[in-house]
Amino acid sequence: MLIDDHTEASRQALTLARKFGAVRSVAIDSFEPFAPDALATAITRLSPSAVFAAGTERGNEVMARVAARMNLPFAANCIAAEAGDPVTVTRLRWGGSLLEEAHLHSPRALISVAPHTVPADSGPLPEPIELGAPEEQEDAVRVVGHVAPQNGGVSLGAAKVIVSGGRGVGSKEGFAIIEELAGLLGAAVGCSRAVTSAGWRPHSDQVGQTGTKVAPEVYIACGISGATQHMAGLKGAKRILAINSDPQAPLMLNADYTVTGDLKEIVPAISAEIRKRK
Amino acid sequence: MRIAACIKRVPITGGRILLTEDARAINTQHLGFTLSPHEECGVEEAVRLIEANKGDSVVFTLGPPEAVEQLRDAMALGIDRAIHLQTDGQEWDAQATAAALLDAIRADEAANGPFDIVFFGNESADSGGFQVGIRVAYALGRPCVTGLKKVTIEGSSVRCEQEVEGGRDVFVVPLPAVLTVKEGLNLPRYPSVPGRMRARTKPVAVQTPQRLEPRLELVRLAVPAGQGRRAESLGNGASAATAVVDVLAKAGLL
Amino acid sequence: MSLPTQARCVVIGCGIVGNSLAFHLTRLGWRDVVLLDKGPLPNPGGSTGHASNFIYLVDHSKEMTALTMDSVRQYTELGVFIQSGGIEVARTPERMQELTRRMASGESWGIEGRSLLTPAQVKELVPYIDESVILGGFHTVGVGVVDSLRAGTLMREKGQAAGALHVAPKTEVVGINVEHGRVRRVRTTEGDIETEIVAITCGVWSPRVAKMAGTRIPLTPAVHQMIDIGPVPRFRGAKSDIEHPIVRDMDTNMYERQAGGDLEIGSYAHKPILYEPEDLPPVEQAALSPTEFPFTQADFEEQMHHALELMPEIVGDESVGVKYAINGILSLTPDGMPVLGESPDVKGLWAAAAVWVKEGPGTGKALAEWMVHGESEIDLHSSDVARFHEHQKTRAHVRARAAEGFNKTYGIVHPSEQWASNRNVRLAPFHLRERELGAVFFEAAGWERPQWYESNASLLEEFGDRVTRRTAEWEARWWSPIINAEHLAMRERVGLFDLSAFTIFDLVGPGALASVQCAALRQMDVPVGRVVYTPVLSPQGGFKSDLTIMRLGDEHFRVVTGGAAGMSDKKWFGDQLVGGAELADLTSSMTTIGLWGPHARRVLEGTTSDDLTNEGFKFGTCSVIEIGTLRVLASRISYVGDLGWELYVPIEQGLKLWDTLWEAGLPHGMAACGIGVYGTTGRLEKGYRAHGNELETEYNVVEAGMAAPRVKAEDFIGKAAHLRHREEEPAAILCTLTVDDHRSKSGEKRYMLGREPILTRDGKRIVDRRGRGSYVTSAGAGPSVGKHILMAYLTPEEAVVGNQLLVEYMGERYPVSVAVAGPTPLFDPENTRIRS
Repeated sequence: MLIDDHTEASRQALTLARKFGAVRSVAIDSFEPFAPDALATAITRLSPSAVFAAGTERGNEVMARVAARMNLPFAANCIAAEAGDPVTVTRLRWGGSLLEEAHLHSPRALISVAPHTVPADSGPLPEPIELGAPEEQEDAVRVVGHVAPQNGGVSLGAAKVIVSGGRGVGSKEGFAIIEELAGLLGAAVGCSRAVTSAGWRPHSDQVGQTGTKVAPEVYIACGISGATQHMAGLKGAKRILAINSDPQAPLMLNADYTVTGDLKEIVPAISAEIRKRK
Repeated sequence: MRIAACIKRVPITGGRILLTEDARAINTQHLGFTLSPHEECGVEEAVRLIEANKGDSVVFTLGPPEAVEQLRDAMALGIDRAIHLQTDGQEWDAQATAAALLDAIRADEAANGPFDIVFFGNESADSGGFQVGIRVAYALGRPCVTGLKKVTIEGSSVRCEQEVEGGRDVFVVPLPAVLTVKEGLNLPRYPSVPGRMRARTKPVAVQTPQRLEPRLELVRLAVPAGQGRRAESLGNGASAATAVVDVLAKAGLL
Repeated sequence: MSLPTQARCVVIGCGIVGNSLAFHLTRLGWRDVVLLDKGPLPNPGGSTGHASNFIYLVDHSKEMTALTMDSVRQYTELGVFIQSGGIEVARTPERMQELTRRMASGESWGIEGRSLLTPAQVKELVPYIDESVILGGFHTVGVGVVDSLRAGTLMREKGQAAGALHVAPKTEVVGINVEHGRVRRVRTTEGDIETEIVAITCGVWSPRVAKMAGTRIPLTPAVHQMIDIGPVPRFRGAKSDIEHPIVRDMDTNMYERQAGGDLEIGSYAHKPILYEPEDLPPVEQAALSPTEFPFTQADFEEQMHHALELMPEIVGDESVGVKYAINGILSLTPDGMPVLGESPDVKGLWAAAAVWVKEGPGTGKALAEWMVHGESEIDLHSSDVARFHEHQKTRAHVRARAAEGFNKTYGIVHPSEQWASNRNVRLAPFHLRERELGAVFFEAAGWERPQWYESNASLLEEFGDRVTRRTAEWEARWWSPIINAEHLAMRERVGLFDLSAFTIFDLVGPGALASVQCAALRQMDVPVGRVVYTPVLSPQGGFKSDLTIMRLGDEHFRVVTGGAAGMSDKKWFGDQLVGGAELADLTSSMTTIGLWGPHARRVLEGTTSDDLTNEGFKFGTCSVIEIGTLRVLASRISYVGDLGWELYVPIEQGLKLWDTLWEAGLPHGMAACGIGVYGTTGRLEKGYRAHGNELETEYNVVEAGMAAPRVKAEDFIGKAAHLRHREEEPAAILCTLTVDDHRSKSGEKRYMLGREPILTRDGKRIVDRRGRGSYVTSAGAGPSVGKHILMAYLTPEEAVVGNQLLVEYMGERYPVSVAVAGPTPLFDPENTRIRS
């Protein structure tokens, strides 16, 4: 069974699912609004021999609930899986900084597939199973409302360009030049965990393993050293431009373009150059 | 009000992760330890709730004897007492971890009454299984909401905000409940020196649960190959601005 | 830029020391200097990068103070020094007394802006302190903080701007090739560099790099704990990094300093946590940096209480959090001093390690001078890498002494304080006899030497009032009146001395004479059988050492020097070897017993039939005599100013010699005498100078009153300078002073121990025209002259017999008089005794 969220990520999960046999699917939005409890109950009742989902927040949540209900092990964020007894999986740890090979000892494999790690299945979509209405008593956890994003700016997750600052920016006030450049480029402002911990920026700006995972066309990292925690959020970035006084900083070594020097001089100079050309 | 927070001791990794010789764990010879960032926010939220509502806060962990350091860290932030499910350092899978925590939570509740909220991190920083909190919730028969960025007590219910693309979904569930939280829920305080000193004398109850055979069994770890980017230097200092803007222009971003 | 394949010099390590050294080498004219580090720049990850970066000026060590003062000057010139002032606070009366000693050391070394403060005055400067916890404070205005990383960058840039320096970060040294005892090549991850000179300035990594060249640098990485708490409401809106004086809480081994909006709390109080250089992680594996280890909270528990006691307003504030905490790694050595200079094992391999930020730039400059000119302006003998004896370089010794020394970082250390760990390493063959006599052992170069013998307590009664008693605990510590009684027994009858700690080496071969001539000021082309006491000069004519040389044959000289300077002296002579001369170390082959006093001849005559008459065995000669069944090399000289001999035998025969002399001496009232007599009372009565006290490279032969009527025709090191000094008016003259009144304000008699400032009668510092201040170079009793004796260099105007001056001691001033200006002894000024 595939828990289908109608995205590319689900098609990637399908690739692994097909190795385990014929696949049918359940739509993650079978109940609107989102009711993860009810969804898990319904899937459990269908008693599938294996369940796959995209390793998104919702995919993992529903899988965990299915696992808890069925008292079965669940392997989250896998990038490979082979059927057998035991099932062999390779999964991500530390937000992708480490790979774990593991054995899943289970009559029914529950596996979520880390997005963008497996090619998408291009075959016909599996046949969907209609779940009908949820039972009322299983409905304790369901969405009852929605809050719009607070900061009206460009959302990090969807941004095409991100200008991001790290400890090297030096202070809360230091972000003025980052914001200026972001404004000129129509970009979102991001930051590292050190910056959030210091209280310079809200956590919603944080890029990384415990912040937002981003996938912009260009990621401009200013004064960010590039700890594994931060790099875990950058795996989807197409191009990385790093500005740092330390040419040996991990981020400088993992960038496409680098500028070495004091970001307090370089960033305003870039802004000035953009203004000149506009 | 009674609040529990469950935490996990994890190493603070640097720029590069090194494995032990048998490739079954991270070589932590040179590393310090902390609690997972999400759980730090769970601890902070527990402390704030007890500060506002009075009552009893308890921190639980399953881990090696050294994990008492993280329990003390949590108590330095204001948690009242700790329960340490001590292991010999072996990896416990999520089901075994949840089972041990469940027993400990039940035992404490039998003696002191139910917890209004049990906080978990949404997922641990190291193994990232996304499930221990949910398993405990189902076993306790309590509602569970995950990935929370905001938690508000509303009478006998709790209002929870979960971050999704394009804003936040709101859930309202009755207490008692199990909540898994994410970094950004709050900005955890630093422990004060008096807090650290108080933490020394707060009680830590040690229990040694039996480890169940792992059903998700770690075989070996590996460090993934690098992304293979080859950085092109655009120059040094402010004079590189022209080259930078050329690159941005070529990418069609101006 | 690719790595050069050849260099004049390769400096390994881009901490504050390496940056400073590289810069000063280029400033002194060297080109093609390469500076490497395996880490990135500007912070390669060593101890400089996490240092608390503050500088206290006053240290009891003159050498360390001089290096620190020069460093402050350099930091100031580079614009990275912020003066904040610093206050060392006392919680105990013992500490208050110690602070008066620090006041005095500050005066001796010329540090201005010092004062003792009441608790209320401390509170005015540090309003967040709880003044009820302290008894007072020692304020130094010139204390401040620096940006050591920035300083390093600026110094590198200067060297690069001059086109003389190539800097290569991320370049790890993987080998140092040594051929025929000389450095030839440095091998790195980026290629090889041919060079004849390498400087190891890599802090805690230094032992690892030294090992690549087959030698040892005895230091151990150790933990210094530090936490940063904030935000401190009182510091909100701080305009600079520091606006309040840095506080050192001496009695708890801690410090507290403002760091912008935060407070940094550091500690040397925890149990010593030592590592091995191999324990340090590679840069890329370290979470913070290779020298910032995870904080161990358990080691900091008591310190939190102490900090809370002293600064409750900040530390007790629930809104102030622990933002950052590390176990920072720094370097410790077995004796607490840095490791500087050229390796005694490998020519061309230099080191500057175990240097802290406060003395970094000064050390770099001093080492550069040493490398380029052959000596530094500041005398560095206490830091010389060549000072260590073999056992002192073992891992176990380094760890034992570093552990013991760590908690003395802010300790009250008595000038005679002895180490407790790793004792009984080198024992004289008659050690058991000494034990039976109740010897109290002090350590010298690992040797256990009797300082006095408790069995001589009976002499106290005999000499009665002539033996001064000390009532003040400080001066009575590590001391006994028995020393003075032994002295009188020696002066009136005869004393037996254990001199096993001498370092002895022979120079033999066709080039032996030329070699010793080159090193010695005095004429060494003397008849076989002559003993010559000679200064050994530095290139600029200062004192490198002083020692005796016996000519045992045409091509055979025996050098005898003290244990402390022995290894450095051995290297010095080894460096001067010419034309087929060879050096052989006999220290562990020979033992030495001294026999001196008016009855010495009679005692010795009872054991030998050889001619010991004044005519038959003249002063200043040596020969082999038979003592009982032993053949003994007897040398008629004296460091206590009495008739007698130094007696040398192979070490296995030492016990027999002791027993023979002991039996012969008993009828003559002979006493075993400790080093208290040999090194202090006997010496000072005779005005004999000691290396490290009166004799340093900063003073010359004329100033020390040791110029001979003529200078030998042969060339020797320092000759040109010496000739110049003889033409000049000396800027200072070494004088012997006596204390006129010992009574303190409380009426208790006090006795100076050395290093105190000498002041004019109206309390002014005495400074000579070369900027050197007057201080007590040696102090001790003169039992035979009934005075407490001080030696000090004075300006010619003050160096007048009878001139009345003051000495500052423990916060009070005592009248002293110049007893002798120049070399004349107080006791037996005509030297009739040694020639009798």
